[in-house]
Amino acid sequence: MPRNSLNAGRVERLLVLPFRKSLEISFQSIRARFFRSFITTMTLVLAVSFLAFVSITNDIANGMLDSGKAEFRQQLIRSGYDLDEEDSRADSSPKQRWLIILSLLVCAVGIINAQLMAVTERFREIGTMKCLGALDRFILRLFLLEAGMQGLVGSAVGALGGGFFALLNGFWHFGSAVVPYLPWTDFSFSLLIAIGTGCTLSLLGVIYPAVVAARMQPVEAMRAEQ
Amino acid sequence: METLHSVVRVSNVTKTFRMGKNELRALKGIDLEIRAGEYISIMGPSGSGKSTLFNMIGGLDKPSSGKVYIDEVDIAQLDAYELAWLRCRKIGYIFQTFNLIQVMTALENVTLPMIFAGVNNDTAVDKGIRLLEMVGLGDRFRHKPSELSGGQQQRVAVARSLANDPSIILADEPTGNLDLSTGEEIITLLKKLSRETGVTIISATHDFKMLNVSDRVIWIRDGLVDKIEDRKDLSISIGQIGDRT
Ligand SMILES: Nc1ncnc2c1ncn2[C@@H]1O[C@H](COP(=O)(O)OP(=O)(O)O)[C@@H](O)[C@H]1O
Ligand SMILES: [Mg+2]
Repeated sequence: MPRNSLNAGRVERLLVLPFRKSLEISFQSIRARFFRSFITTMTLVLAVSFLAFVSITNDIANGMLDSGKAEFRQQLIRSGYDLDEEDSRADSSPKQRWLIILSLLVCAVGIINAQLMAVTERFREIGTMKCLGALDRFILRLFLLEAGMQGLVGSAVGALGGGFFALLNGFWHFGSAVVPYLPWTDFSFSLLIAIGTGCTLSLLGVIYPAVVAARMQPVEAMRAEQ
Repeated sequence: METLHSVVRVSNVTKTFRMGKNELRALKGIDLEIRAGEYISIMGPSGSGKSTLFNMIGGLDKPSSGKVYIDEVDIAQLDAYELAWLRCRKIGYIFQTFNLIQVMTALENVTLPMIFAGVNNDTAVDKGIRLLEMVGLGDRFRHKPSELSGGQQQRVAVARSLANDPSIILADEPTGNLDLSTGEEIITLLKKLSRETGVTIISATHDFKMLNVSDRVIWIRDGLVDKIEDRKDLSISIGQIGDRT
């Protein structure tokens, strides 16, 4: 404490809270506000499951094409894939890509909106924590951890759900003949990408509200109506 | 008697709020010196600037001009970590609206400042239970604030304010949201604390029940110190005070 060397020992610097403790507090905070967290996460679940559905449906189609069987190619064309003679990949159509981008955008806006509301509701709590000695970075970390956990769980549920329906849809259209040709490695990649996208969205959505909340003066925060 | 150092010193503090084109001078130059161990009441009508002064002393807001010293340290000079340390270890806050964290139990509310101070969990829990017992809530520590009455919530807040053995307890209208008898209980509790632990208590209030327990009363009017009375002077004019309520 060189700054106050004249009054040595009177004012010290606050320690930074251990990570595990922050994790505990944010986990508890999600649990205590389960309904609110659930709503925030639902948007994410839907968008991620759509993303996973589309990419895993494509993975199935590619697995069928790779098998080299002519009847699979016919079935795919009948089910709506736009395949030329020489095409060896069934990529998502521009329309599908648009839909995905659009759904992710809608989801991002939805998350920012939900998080803004969730953070605003907690201004008073934030102000109180700051009075008790919480540092800005602790508040920020709390919200990022919460969003990270929500993102992880939400996108995992979404990705698995989307993948499951894509498989169901595949069997429905092509029958059990496709089973030997399912590209499981591609599936796991698609799931990972969907989960990663979901987590990123969740974190991106919370950054702005969390920074605003973290930088508030305790009095401003506590003046806010609860 | 030993010379008591001033634990809080306020030097010519002003605070001006700007709202659009209007300026509101909530504090117009306050000078105060508060010695360690005193029980101080800051009295004044609503809107006189008590809460604004409370926020300045507590390091929750910055004065427009003037200085606030806590233990002779100018708090405007502190960086974020030092300020957080001050709020966490040196000062305990009690608010009119209790300001407990709704999603946490009584015990968790009391241990939170200790966790921020780096105390390990078991020690914090032990001390939290002891503090809750001391304020008479030994059987309620698993309850959430919403399951407690106003008076009980304020007791939790009192216990929380003591978590890190602060040298100052700042209370802004601690009885403002309580009925008469519950308010009195809180006042008695604060007085007991001040006597037993020697903590300095500074309480903004317009509750005249506070007068009896205060060592000094600072009367504030329109953002200025109107007068400062010692208790012995107060007891002379206690009849008048009764009239004023
Ligand atoms: N954040 C603020 N913005 C504008 N005016 C404020 C603010 N806080 C307090 N005031 C004004 O400052 C004056 C003093 O307020 P306050 O300190 O809350 O009084 P008290 O606590 O004695 O009732 C009041 O006129 C109030 O309206
Ligand atoms: Mg007030």
